[in-house]
Amino acid sequence: MFDVIVIGGGVVGGLILRELTEYRLSVCLLEKESDVCMGASKANSGIVHAGYDAMPGSLKAKFNVLGSEMMEGVTAELGVKYRRNGALVVAFSQEEIATLQTLKKRGEENGVKGLEIVQQEELRTMEKNISDTALAALYAPTSGVVCPYELSIAAIGNAMDNGAALYNDFDVTSIARKADEKGETYVVCSKNGQEVEGRYIVNCAGLNSGAIAALVGDDLCVGARKGEYVLLDRESGDFVSHTLFFTPTKLGKGILVTQTADGNILLGPTADERTADTQTTAQGLAFVIEKAKKMTKNPPLYNTITSFAGIRAYSDRHDFVLEESKTAQGVFHCAGIESPGLTASPAIAKYVVETWLSQKMPLVKNKKFNGTRKPDYFFKNLTLEEKNAIIKTDPSYGKIVCRCEQITEGEILRAIRENPPARDIDGVKRRTRSGMGRCQGGFCQPYVAELLAKEQGIELFEVTKNGKGSSLLTGVTK
Amino acid sequence: MKKSYDIIIIGGGPAGLAAAVSAYDNGVKDVLVIERDVRLGGILNQCIHNGFGLTRFKESLSGPEYAARFIEEVRARNIEVWTGTTVLSLTKDKQVTVIDPVHGMLVLQAKAVILAMGCRERSRGALNVAGSRPAGIYSAGTAQKYVNIKGFLPGKRVVILGSGDIGLIMARRMTLEGAKVLAVCEIMPYSSGLKRNIAQCLDDFDIPLYLNHTITKIEGEKRVTGVVVSKVDENRQPIAGTEMHFDCDTVLFSVGLIPENELTKEAEVPLSPKTRGAVVYQNRETLVDGIFACGNVLQVHDLVDFVSEEAEVAGRYASKYVLEGKSSACAIDVSAGENVSYALPQKIDKNISGNVKLFFRVTNTFRNCTIKVTSGDRVLLSRKKQICVPGEMETLLLAEQKLQEIDGNIVVSLENEVNV
Repeated sequence: MFDVIVIGGGVVGGLILRELTEYRLSVCLLEKESDVCMGASKANSGIVHAGYDAMPGSLKAKFNVLGSEMMEGVTAELGVKYRRNGALVVAFSQEEIATLQTLKKRGEENGVKGLEIVQQEELRTMEKNISDTALAALYAPTSGVVCPYELSIAAIGNAMDNGAALYNDFDVTSIARKADEKGETYVVCSKNGQEVEGRYIVNCAGLNSGAIAALVGDDLCVGARKGEYVLLDRESGDFVSHTLFFTPTKLGKGILVTQTADGNILLGPTADERTADTQTTAQGLAFVIEKAKKMTKNPPLYNTITSFAGIRAYSDRHDFVLEESKTAQGVFHCAGIESPGLTASPAIAKYVVETWLSQKMPLVKNKKFNGTRKPDYFFKNLTLEEKNAIIKTDPSYGKIVCRCEQITEGEILRAIRENPPARDIDGVKRRTRSGMGRCQGGFCQPYVAELLAKEQGIELFEVTKNGKGSSLLTGVTK
Repeated sequence: MKKSYDIIIIGGGPAGLAAAVSAYDNGVKDVLVIERDVRLGGILNQCIHNGFGLTRFKESLSGPEYAARFIEEVRARNIEVWTGTTVLSLTKDKQVTVIDPVHGMLVLQAKAVILAMGCRERSRGALNVAGSRPAGIYSAGTAQKYVNIKGFLPGKRVVILGSGDIGLIMARRMTLEGAKVLAVCEIMPYSSGLKRNIAQCLDDFDIPLYLNHTITKIEGEKRVTGVVVSKVDENRQPIAGTEMHFDCDTVLFSVGLIPENELTKEAEVPLSPKTRGAVVYQNRETLVDGIFACGNVLQVHDLVDFVSEEAEVAGRYASKYVLEGKSSACAIDVSAGENVSYALPQKIDKNISGNVKLFFRVTNTFRNCTIKVTSGDRVLLSRKKQICVPGEMETLLLAEQKLQEIDGNIVVSLENEVNV
């Protein structure tokens, strides 16, 4: 019996879970997939938006600005890379320059600090590779970059360290009401026969948040929007330093060119509402490349290391849905958390717990709560002496497994052993960056697979890329 | 602990091993070979097919057998070897930062460094192939490692993109292990693999080779379920309406090798945009004093025999550099002319005695053509060739006295009568 059940292990669910563990509550997270952070939070632009985009008065505007202010603190506690690299919204015509003024005004109304318009000459000194046809830009110094899956996984891991339970492969199929002496509770069942009971439910199921809402009788219209990306090698990481946006049109923010938190260059995304799959398309990737070439001079496409697609959930209200169920008391929906959802997530988490849940039940601080987490990348930042001290007690930190990102066996073992444990190749990749580099796992994958097999006590051919049905190998040789 | 060496060799594959023996035999005994794998031999360890050593030893060896001959030579000389050690960084002052479980992390100082890191395979990601990203997509070399080293089969129905040698070898290997190889697709009008491999690995097993074809879509959510293959036009763009579908559970990529020059760049060694390896003199010294390069980190070779030969040059001159302290200079520039994609060495130091062997590749398949080495209007060398293909490296020997006679730069080109 849990006090609170969180459905959906993305960044919103993860940060809510962590927020809940700050109080004396028993909480759990239900995740449909074999690992956490498998939906929208694993493949997006990773931008911490300044907050000039959203319409004043909207939930997006409110939580964007709040979240942006909280991000530095949250990421520092969780040991997650975050950098305020600043954003430039670039105008290519007089009409777009006029739009920049509107954006600036809107941003100021939303409470965004430091916005200024920069002219062509200054723009060129700020970004050496900006296109010659760029005329001016809105500079938003508070905009930043964060790795979305690093943040999600760290939040969930920290919540688990503070007592939260994680149920993987928990694809929710029913939510039934049940009454006990203290009032109403909910029994949540999964496709594979798991069952948990709790008093309150927070629905953060992303793409499936509409389906979860329907299980308790609410009608939320949640759509899917696919975005395709191209990722360039860290070697080209200094190609741009800010996040470069096109001036938004009615069709949306368009594609961006940015440095990522890990120092790669990311181009994208497209915005396609026709399909809900994560396949890349020749047309989509060509569009991304065409726009990147419009924004910048000679983008180093020869350093492309991968392309991918992510899915964002959006509500037909085109604003966040943050509300209690109309039919089921004690069920709260966080739905349609599209951009700037990543930015807003820490503020949403605080809101759900401090504003909503606190009215439902008395919240008592958990004195044992420890909100800090050792960074996944901690080893990299140590001095030579500190590294040697660690290698002396744990020689696995002296063994480089991923040569491109220089990831050690010790770091990989830690990802497999610590909360939330990595169970497959992609899980290790998202936690350690092993396989994220220029060879895309060509060299390290067999090694990582062996570590996964050994640690989990399974055979090498049972190791998967990303859960059931994704075996790396089909059998043994003759 | 000893932290300085006369020569540090980065990489214990065929290039590093041959360089070590050569450096030692030419007078420098204080040599350290650093290998990141737990054993010496590099990629040869997973190349269990034969055909290695035909040029050098006049016999057909497997990869591990070829490597063993050099490992024995290294052992016989008691050359110091660190295995399981990764070089994290290299400076132009020849400081080598390494890490391993035994020594921990430390900075070594060398008088000369020989780069012998080899190359890596271009991945699916680098090509922007559309579709999904399920399990069952491997570079050919990764599949080779699973099969030959780990003893596991990566899949049962296979489509291979790229007809490079590793792809061809793996087409045969997977077939021998009971998998069905449905097709090898090559976007170019010719294979980049050796002719003997096309014959022995595809033709002998009735595996179809589709030239001018590429994979335009990968399907499957968790594991590959199929691919779409399309014909391409002369600009290598897929032609609508030519799509073929293959049901398969595995896609192997053999789409090119990239010299692993991350350390080279860090040491500020200038690279050639054509080879993606260092610019070198004929003695394999780079443009940074005392840093030499050889093997696939310098240029991707067809045969390991040539890697060994090149490494011996680097080893010999690295040794000379340590003993005499003189760097290469006084250069003639060598460049690739018409129909030639690159020529190496890019620089010739006239003060280094001996003939110079030029290595180069042509840009297309040419029949009844003439290869020329010119300096200004002067033709230094001219050779008629029945056939030249991009997949096979060409060589020419430039006599020392010819080099002494010229003072301009050199261009290697191919005159073509019939382009097939």
